[in-house]
Amino acid sequence: MKRYGFWHDALKYRTLLLMLLPGVLFFMLFAYIPMAGVVLAFKQYTYDGGIFGSPWNGLDNFRFFFDSGSAWQVTRNTALYNIAFIIVNNVLEIAMAIFLFEIAGRWFRRVFQTLLFLPYFISWVVVGAIAYNLFSFDYGTINAVLKGLGMEPVDIYNTAAYWPVLLVVVSAWKAVGYGSIMYLAAITGIDTEMYEAAEIDGANIWQRITRITIPNLYPTIIILVLLAIGNIFRGDFGMFYNMVGNNGLLFASTDVIDTFVFRSLISSNDIGMSSAAGFYQSVLGFITILLANYAVRSYDKDRALF
Amino acid sequence: MSTQRTTRAGAGQTAGSAGRGRADKRLFQTIAYLLLSIVSLFCLIPFVLVLSASLTKESSIIENGYQLIPTLISTEAYSLLFKYPEQMLKAYGVTIGVTALGTAFGLFLTSMTAYVLARKDFKWRNGFSFFFFFTTLFSGGLVPWYLLIVNYLHLKDTFLILVLPLLFNVFYILVMKSFMSGIPEAIAESAKIDGAGDFLIYSRLIIPLSKPVLATIGLFIALGYWNDWYNAMLFISNDNLMPLQYYLYKMLGNMDGMRRAMIASGAVVNLQIPSESLKMAMTIVAIGPILFAYPFIQRFFVQGLTIGAVKG
Repeated sequence: MKRYGFWHDALKYRTLLLMLLPGVLFFMLFAYIPMAGVVLAFKQYTYDGGIFGSPWNGLDNFRFFFDSGSAWQVTRNTALYNIAFIIVNNVLEIAMAIFLFEIAGRWFRRVFQTLLFLPYFISWVVVGAIAYNLFSFDYGTINAVLKGLGMEPVDIYNTAAYWPVLLVVVSAWKAVGYGSIMYLAAITGIDTEMYEAAEIDGANIWQRITRITIPNLYPTIIILVLLAIGNIFRGDFGMFYNMVGNNGLLFASTDVIDTFVFRSLISSNDIGMSSAAGFYQSVLGFITILLANYAVRSYDKDRALF
Repeated sequence: MSTQRTTRAGAGQTAGSAGRGRADKRLFQTIAYLLLSIVSLFCLIPFVLVLSASLTKESSIIENGYQLIPTLISTEAYSLLFKYPEQMLKAYGVTIGVTALGTAFGLFLTSMTAYVLARKDFKWRNGFSFFFFFTTLFSGGLVPWYLLIVNYLHLKDTFLILVLPLLFNVFYILVMKSFMSGIPEAIAESAKIDGAGDFLIYSRLIIPLSKPVLATIGLFIALGYWNDWYNAMLFISNDNLMPLQYYLYKMLGNMDGMRRAMIASGAVVNLQIPSESLKMAMTIVAIGPILFAYPFIQRFFVQGLTIGAVKG
């Protein structure tokens, strides 16, 4: 009986298996086959040879990538931006969630939440248009204001130094509404008896927030931050590409791994180096997400990804 | 779950208002209102800026730059967009088609996959769950994926490639799976005794019971399609297949090309194109439907985030 177990089960679950088929085929085709395609990183790509027929060239692609000096620059930028995003966005999200929870008016709470969440709904292309409206040297609102005040206009699109701050602000602008809703949900789930007890003991509002609300948020904060750390080597391509584009003047402070891979592939058509850079990112990302998951798992087994 | 949350929120309010009149609380609330107002305005003003700019006379922009309140109001940008709307309508058509088809198929396939993974009697559900989940941990990267689509599947410049990449999303499958796991098994059991097959149970019983999560995930999928420009940038060079966001992207980056195309198509006879206000008008046209639908659909997204947050 046991020898026929597999076929027996396959027959028994045939409808369920058939229902899974589209999904399995999809991920086979668009995720697992490309995974096998990482061999490209070790090959000299030729159009005729394709992904699997091109000749091997060992670590040449990686050597080229690391010798170009870009490897360190894009890795550092990706990690530093993500660290800045994690810190700034989470602090703002928690603050906004606490404010939303503490204000008395329900109507106000809904209006504020609606406005904070609005930027989440637009594409990065539209954010790029908004940025152009604000930052353009000739017509930008910021420069219009500066000129109106009799000050010198600033050439934002040609000054790399402004961008780290600008990108952190833009990232927060788009993400804080989303995150604050998650934190607000966590705060609303806190046992109200704690607040009542604190009230009776004469705690002031500041004590309530620092002694009850924030400690009760720790699990949520730790999980969200750890998971974000797991993705620290994945840059938000849509954001960087629509804000900076192919403006080489800004690359020193804005180029991330994802934009570098994209440019090497599409603009320079350097398939060898872009797949080496992509593979490097996949491996780094895989390791960090495993570490982050390990950390989550040791903190709270139920919240771990796997 | 939602009733529980409301009672808790209600209780939170009572706890909060017990100390009404206390100075520290009043001060804190004042600060909260103030900061929330500032941040909310910060979120809103960019949209107002774009709207004003789209309604400003081009000469005024050239002279004074974009402004919060237009000094010289003009609808010339919109007139031009709607005078020769062919390309814009085409882009709208592509986006609407992609969004409708993608959302319908995506929702059907996501829910069907999620249902199988939620079936506790399905022996291999953990194995298959991991098969899907692993793709979020490791990927082959952009290059093999791109080459596969362009050189092997030959999907460049097809309608299909605008739909396919966003059809499945592992996170949506998992959210739906966790929702469906909460549906009492007795319902499916009794239907099975009555002789219903697995697909029938899914389509006739589980789908109607999953309406809240279907609405939420459906809107997330639809928003993803509506806002997608990335796949078009990678794979579309045929103007007839350009979706709205990519059309806007090209217009922002390449006003000269747009100008030449307009002149060539006879849309304008001379070089007098209000290019600065036109960019902003096109932005408004691209986000219009979202801004219009936003007040009505927003709560579904909040719902979805809350499901996700609870799940972790």
